Amino acid sequence: MNFDFSDDQKFLRDEARKFLEAQCTSGHVRAVLDDETMSHNDEVWQKIVEMGWLGAAIPEEFGGLGLGMLELCVIAEELGRVLAPVPFGSSAFFFAEAIKLAGTDEQKAEWLPKVADGSIVGCLATTEGPGALSASSVQTTAKDGVLSGTKVPVTDGDVATHAAVLAKEGSGTGIYIVALDQDGVSRKSLKTIEPTRSHAEIKFDGASAARLGQETGNGMSVLDQIMNRGAVLLAFEQLGGASRCLEMATEYAKERHAFGRPIGGNQAIKHKLADIYVKNEVARSNAYYGAWALSTDAAELPEAAAAARVAASEAFWFASKENIQTHGGMGFTWEVDCHLYYRRAKLLAVQAGSPAVWKEKLVSALEAKNAA
Amino acid sequence: MDFTDSTEEAAFRAEANAFLSQHLQPKKGAASRSGNYLQRAKDWQKVKAENQFAQITWPKEIGGRGGSSMQQVIWNQEESKFDAPTGPFAIGLGMCVPTVIAFGSDEHKQRYVQKALFGEEIWCQLFSEPAAGSDVAGLKTKAVKDGDDWVINGQKVWTSGAHYSDYGIVLVRTDPDVPKHKGLTMFIIDMKQEGVDVRPIHQASGGSEFNEVYFTDVRIPDADRLGEPGMGWKVALVTLMNERLAVGGSPGPDWAEIMDYARSSGSMSDQAFRAKLADWYVAAQGYKLTKFRTQTALSKGETPGPENSIGKVITANHLQDICNSAIEMQDHYGIISDKDHAPADAIFQESFMWAPGLRIAGGTDEILKNIIAERVLGLPQDVRVDKDKPFSAF
Repeated sequence: MNFDFSDDQKFLRDEARKFLEAQCTSGHVRAVLDDETMSHNDEVWQKIVEMGWLGAAIPEEFGGLGLGMLELCVIAEELGRVLAPVPFGSSAFFFAEAIKLAGTDEQKAEWLPKVADGSIVGCLATTEGPGALSASSVQTTAKDGVLSGTKVPVTDGDVATHAAVLAKEGSGTGIYIVALDQDGVSRKSLKTIEPTRSHAEIKFDGASAARLGQETGNGMSVLDQIMNRGAVLLAFEQLGGASRCLEMATEYAKERHAFGRPIGGNQAIKHKLADIYVKNEVARSNAYYGAWALSTDAAELPEAAAAARVAASEAFWFASKENIQTHGGMGFTWEVDCHLYYRRAKLLAVQAGSPAVWKEKLVSALEAKNAA
Repeated sequence: MDFTDSTEEAAFRAEANAFLSQHLQPKKGAASRSGNYLQRAKDWQKVKAENQFAQITWPKEIGGRGGSSMQQVIWNQEESKFDAPTGPFAIGLGMCVPTVIAFGSDEHKQRYVQKALFGEEIWCQLFSEPAAGSDVAGLKTKAVKDGDDWVINGQKVWTSGAHYSDYGIVLVRTDPDVPKHKGLTMFIIDMKQEGVDVRPIHQASGGSEFNEVYFTDVRIPDADRLGEPGMGWKVALVTLMNERLAVGGSPGPDWAEIMDYARSSGSMSDQAFRAKLADWYVAAQGYKLTKFRTQTALSKGETPGPENSIGKVITANHLQDICNSAIEMQDHYGIISDKDHAPADAIFQESFMWAPGLRIAGGTDEILKNIIAERVLGLPQDVRVDKDKPFSAF
């Protein structure tokens, strides 16, 4: 039994935390929040690129550090703690994982080194409108290497240089790699409830695109596997945010006095914070299991990823809203960071499928397992 | 990260499993209570003790195995797969006898430890009182010194196994004129002596697993005191610290059982049910996997973190919620607890009636949340208006 990260991985976590606490402060996040023209914080981004973290789980032969998925999970949690206002997840969790999972050898050789060294920024473009994603809701169409349609919203869509796009092809679907700086692509920034991560509407009008992998028509099933991988990584990012919310609320409850004593002496506050703690630990244990399944390509990955995602979405949502509540009126001011976590919690909960979608995936996986 | 045993752990697990297979039947569902359960429990305890499986972490000199906490966890996991009658000894060997070992005289250890270990004598723990549950230090049972004896009068409640116990450790008030935590003393008590009256409690669930214990002029020799007079609270904390690592599964039907029922009854198509099932799975996994984190720390010889404090807060509510949903899924029929009619042998109805007790026993939800808030998160203690005043002032 060794259900924990290794000493080396814990060392990486400690180093990442020190680095991000110094290099990615609340001020760096707020710079993006307060400036509508900023899609991300490039100063922070360039430093993260220099750390090589984008290539943590990319093999050395493709220009990465070749560490592994567990190391990427560790980094994800630390980025979540500080609300890193950078397109790390879009590029490393989704774009790179899509290529690692389904790309041809040529595609891996072409794209992975560029993701790893930051010379391109990838994103995942699937959503076209309100409601859960399904094969029948995809209108964007690929034919003969040409893409037409509109994706909205695309997380990090206006900072990304390339997108992995879900599109109809024939009677099925496929995932296409598209360069976003070409004539057939136009982008518009979107106003969202989470301005520290940019979102865009991307229109493809005869854009040239290359199918990911060689098989045709299997886009939804490939996407499902990409999502399982991304879900575990996002769960760690969510866990980092939820952990930070509990710390913030606890610190404040010890300092803030009302009726002659710290508010944290009242059971209404104590029990609220204990509830956050319980949800966070449930999320942490499920995330670890997801990390194990991801790093070992275990057959349990579908249910492990879904459970990690459901637990982390619930934990971050609960922690972020009750952190505001614990802070009282101060928590509802622009100057206090609580609302930044509340915003990020919601983005991360819906970005790759909402909790309802993942609960359904989880139950379907359990059914499939029991039937076997 | 992996879920495999180390070479030494695997060897111990195999040894434990081979021994268990030799003596017991694999468990199907809940442990069997049939036959003469108490005698079976005593016999099994003796066999374990003779083969150094009774108390893995105790030193060899007192009949233990001199093993690690991880080995105890492995033993508990393996033993729980078999129909092992362990209930009557859990509290005595897990909590009472370790307290005797920590605070008793050499004579006490000679007299009591081996007999308990080999299943000859059963112990119970007498702390809770009608007016002292969550606030157990507020107990009122009093002991007055009379020559070389103490004379005990009062009442304990929720005492598991008092009706078949030979001895107990009892926490009583010896000085009402100091603050409540400072006026308590712990004693060893002979449960079979005159003046000890054990009466079963008729629980809300219908069963009678617990007792009230009344003391009328019960005499205890001063020699059977554990710790100095007035030190009882510190002794009690050691007792509670010795509470065994909870390694059993959920105490009743879990997500898998309600999913089985839903499949057999055609309820899997209900979207609201499916969403709840996902939540139950996540909570059950959260509980199970958190124990794996604790075991990992034990396996490495480290002290486990505070994460295992979440256990009972999750499981008791989780069980209540699952049973409630299972009954509602059965609609009007769900009211039936007669096993001839009720689906799944009425496990949901039975646990539905147990669940309120689980949320209270061993620390209520509210006390457990206080503990997480105060000891894990470091929040201020609750207001305790009686903390520094003599107990008799209230």
